[in-house]
Amino acid sequence: MLSIEEKQKIEHEISLVPSPKNACIEALKIVQHSHGWISDDSLKDVADFVGMSTAELDSVATFYNLIFRRPVGRHVILLCDSISCYVMGYDGIRDHLYTALNIQYGQTTADGRYTLLPNCCLGTCDRAPALMIDNDLYRDLTVEQLDEILSKYT
Amino acid sequence: MEKPLTQHIVPGRQPLSLKEYEKVGGYQSVRKILKEMTPTEVQELVKDSKLRGRGGAGFSTGLKWSFVPMGPEAAQPKYLVANADEMEPGTFKDRVLLEGNPHQLIEGMIVASYAIQASISYVFLRWAYKLAAHEVTKAMHEAYEAGYLGKNILGSGFNLEMHLHTGVGRYMCGEETALLNALEGKRANPRAKPPFPQVSGLFGKPTIVNNVETLCNLPHIINKGADWFMQLGLTDDAGTKLYGVSGRVKTPGCWELPMGVTIRELLEEYAGGMQEGYLFKGLLPGGASTDFLVEEHLDVPMDYASIQAAGSRLGTGTMIIMDDQTCPVGFVHNLQHFFAQESCGFCTPCREGLPWVEKILLAIDRGEGKPEHLTTLDFHTKYLGPGNTFCALAPGAMEPLQSALKYFREDFERHIHEQHCPWSKTKAWQPSI
Repeated sequence: MLSIEEKQKIEHEISLVPSPKNACIEALKIVQHSHGWISDDSLKDVADFVGMSTAELDSVATFYNLIFRRPVGRHVILLCDSISCYVMGYDGIRDHLYTALNIQYGQTTADGRYTLLPNCCLGTCDRAPALMIDNDLYRDLTVEQLDEILSKYT
Repeated sequence: MEKPLTQHIVPGRQPLSLKEYEKVGGYQSVRKILKEMTPTEVQELVKDSKLRGRGGAGFSTGLKWSFVPMGPEAAQPKYLVANADEMEPGTFKDRVLLEGNPHQLIEGMIVASYAIQASISYVFLRWAYKLAAHEVTKAMHEAYEAGYLGKNILGSGFNLEMHLHTGVGRYMCGEETALLNALEGKRANPRAKPPFPQVSGLFGKPTIVNNVETLCNLPHIINKGADWFMQLGLTDDAGTKLYGVSGRVKTPGCWELPMGVTIRELLEEYAGGMQEGYLFKGLLPGGASTDFLVEEHLDVPMDYASIQAAGSRLGTGTMIIMDDQTCPVGFVHNLQHFFAQESCGFCTPCREGLPWVEKILLAIDRGEGKPEHLTTLDFHTKYLGPGNTFCALAPGAMEPLQSALKYFREDFERHIHEQHCPWSKTKAWQPSI
């Protein structure tokens, strides 16, 4: 079920575009913002609301890597794995995260705190390697800083 | 040295508020065009200035606009979209403009919208640029309050709405027709051209998509003229350019410099040369989808024509340096992993070819390469090249591959002969991704 607040926000997005379908990505973003991810139930709710089949909406949802169709942790770590970070040794950061969190790419820690995902170039190549946790950008990363960064999020 | 685009940007300082921006001449170009110039005159001035698109393709901005139907018969509404989906690996220049002076972008968007008589505009911003989203939203709000956006701007009768759209990932969204599909709430597959977006773009209406840096140049061209803009460049290409250098250099960064500074100047003077213990081996001059250049090209000017003559593309103008301690096969594998992952999957050569290329490069990097692998890579650079795919993603992916096979072929062969990566510090294979 979409909440009243979600419906109001989606209605607003629909008012800005020619057809309700055109607002489907915005609608997914709104629901993901409140639930953390897009479950099959949420997908159906959004599809019904904007007048699409679930299959059609899922083809859109699964196209975009930042629409999560599986549950994620309370915080999502996006580690840049593109070329400048490669040259500057992001693999050391990745390996440390694997060990410190005891997970690999695509996995969530047992306590539901972190999900670790690789991400394309974060556009901060002069200060590589870089990663984002939720809305926070960390750059000029060294392995030594990681434990302190990870301790900030609960 | 004139730096029109970054003159009011101080790293670490808040961007100028609307009032502060007005004090240094901000929004003068909007007053000027609304009072003194017809849309056609704006188009002609920008054409005369020789401004070329700064997103990578380098097409004449004025010429691009000239294909938009004008006059009372033209379809309405028309749209102007700022492409702020900066996702070309190694590129971090639009971020500087978005975070540093969002009013300059908004002013440029008003100029572009007026030139094509668009009444609705979008900033298509990539998800990761959180600070930019904050600054652009704030500036947009101020511009509405001051009457630079909305209905009857400065009493001229010209109307312009502006919206911020933040994306949800995928490199494909940077391609202008795929971007339009994303804005319409669809999968970001590219569209067949023709019809070109200028005629049938967003929601089937005439649409112009311009890069952030391109748009930020417009207020200055309006205020100071085409001749002034052309004399900024050191070569035949006009204006300044935001150049960037990343990799194992002493002071990586982004600088606004006259169009046509040499690669050597950027690398040695601005980026401070290579870090201690690292030697220069090659570079991608303008992002991941540009051909390698090597030592012999260091004195080539960084402009569209010169870089093309050297066998590559200026692209976004943000170069990635490959040092002697980075394995060229691993480097190219990283690029092809990116392109294979970001292929939209719509056309077969790209969907099937790029993962094949990626797997072969991984095998070579792991010491499992076979001599015939090089032949397979060679033919992919042709079959995935221009004209064989639906959009420019796969041909772009082939640029660093074909030039790596040309300049660093011995390194590929050594991997295969030795059945081992000569750069690997350990005997056992380590995944590079």
